[in-house]
Amino acid sequence: MEINFTHHQSAHCENGVVSNLMRHYGFDVSEPMVFGIGSGLLFCYIPFLKVNHAPAISYRVMPGFIFKRFAKRTGITFKREKFKNPQSAKQKLDENIDKNNPVGLQVGVYHLEYFPDDYRFHFNAHNLVVYGRENGNYLISDPVMETVTSLTEKQLEKARFAKGAFAPKGHLYYPTGFPEALQLETAIIKGIKQTCRDMLAPVPIVGINGIRMTAKRIRRWPEKKGTKTANHYLGQIVRMQEEIGTGGGGFRYIYAAFLQEAAEVLKNPKLKKLSEEMTAIGDSWRDFALEASRIYKKRNAKTDISAYRDIADRLESLADREKTFFRELQKAIR
Amino acid sequence: MKKENVPQDRSNLESANGRELCYAVDKNGRYTTVNSSGWDPKTIALDNAIKEINARAEDARQRVLGGQTSPIEYYMELHKMDIGILAAYTGFWKWRVKRHFKPKIFKRLPDRILQKYADVFNLNIAQLKNFEIPHGD
Repeated sequence: MEINFTHHQSAHCENGVVSNLMRHYGFDVSEPMVFGIGSGLLFCYIPFLKVNHAPAISYRVMPGFIFKRFAKRTGITFKREKFKNPQSAKQKLDENIDKNNPVGLQVGVYHLEYFPDDYRFHFNAHNLVVYGRENGNYLISDPVMETVTSLTEKQLEKARFAKGAFAPKGHLYYPTGFPEALQLETAIIKGIKQTCRDMLAPVPIVGINGIRMTAKRIRRWPEKKGTKTANHYLGQIVRMQEEIGTGGGGFRYIYAAFLQEAAEVLKNPKLKKLSEEMTAIGDSWRDFALEASRIYKKRNAKTDISAYRDIADRLESLADREKTFFRELQKAIR
Repeated sequence: MKKENVPQDRSNLESANGRELCYAVDKNGRYTTVNSSGWDPKTIALDNAIKEINARAEDARQRVLGGQTSPIEYYMELHKMDIGILAAYTGFWKWRVKRHFKPKIFKRLPDRILQKYADVFNLNIAQLKNFEIPHGD
């Protein structure tokens, strides 16, 4: 049984799954559009939660939020289910495939054997689409892969029942009802408003304040934690920012692409200007990553402490720039 | 980022014939997508993370051989896990997992408990008990 499903590669898994499912049902919605309407952009620094032995940093909202918000704002209804036992999870998946209904799944990356070994970490918020099964294999459209792939029943079961933070518990989802036409205008405005609110939130670990807090911590790391740990922590920041599935610059390029599209839909030239500024901000995030990599590769001639101080300054100026940016963005859609 | 500046550095994605999708602007300032084979700063960050994991595993291995910890800790590190993740996979409390790291306690563990660890690590009980690992990298 194979569903006639077209695979499009995307930069980030959740956007990609949603965009691909929407296109399957005849709604041409791009990945950046999904990301923007779903208010995917966020910065969050969670010092007390450790991922791979370093403090957790996220450049996006919680898994599942993008789809939820996108659906709500465009008027799509969908069904999502979680399971206690693998048998019923498998049964539900099979039923859907037999009904010609491609489904989105949340899975653990560690068990996806088509990924290179080095990329397999215990990260449980990856998303993919299952669009068929044949000879005991499931046909998989993983949005970050260039082409479609497949997994055995056993492999997919392991991935669906991965354990740890964000354990997927067999989570599957699919759209069930669509409006006649998507009301993109209102959805875009709602999406932008929320992202501005989140990024400017008066909470210490979130948004602009979160970036500032991270900068402050970075400055202290070499003295407090020693060079080795400091380098490891810094590497983690870069990985969260740039590794598979970001679209670059900690989602800044995707967001800029969204603003460009939004400018046309809303016929608002201010958004086009802001898109350009967001691209420039994304470039600065990339420069930050480049500088960070010089530190932990020890190419930097300066002593560690001053190198860390410099990079923290860089991050702080990024925070200032984004603060101005999101205030402007708020004004632009008013 | 401009389209022509999308990095095409070598990376460990090559082993899987993978290239990732990037968003970049073309000559007219319009956003488009470009495939990238990798970017050095990213590759360095990933390599460092992998080195760190290998070092942790090697350290645990030495301690198993020195009788300071049980093979469970070694296999945990080898599978890139921490105690929280291993506890979630086995269904034991974290403090029990930690306790099972003690060689004395480990030796007395019944097969019923060892089996849970063996399943998580894709081993059989004999492999888990008879710790013989060639030198890692």
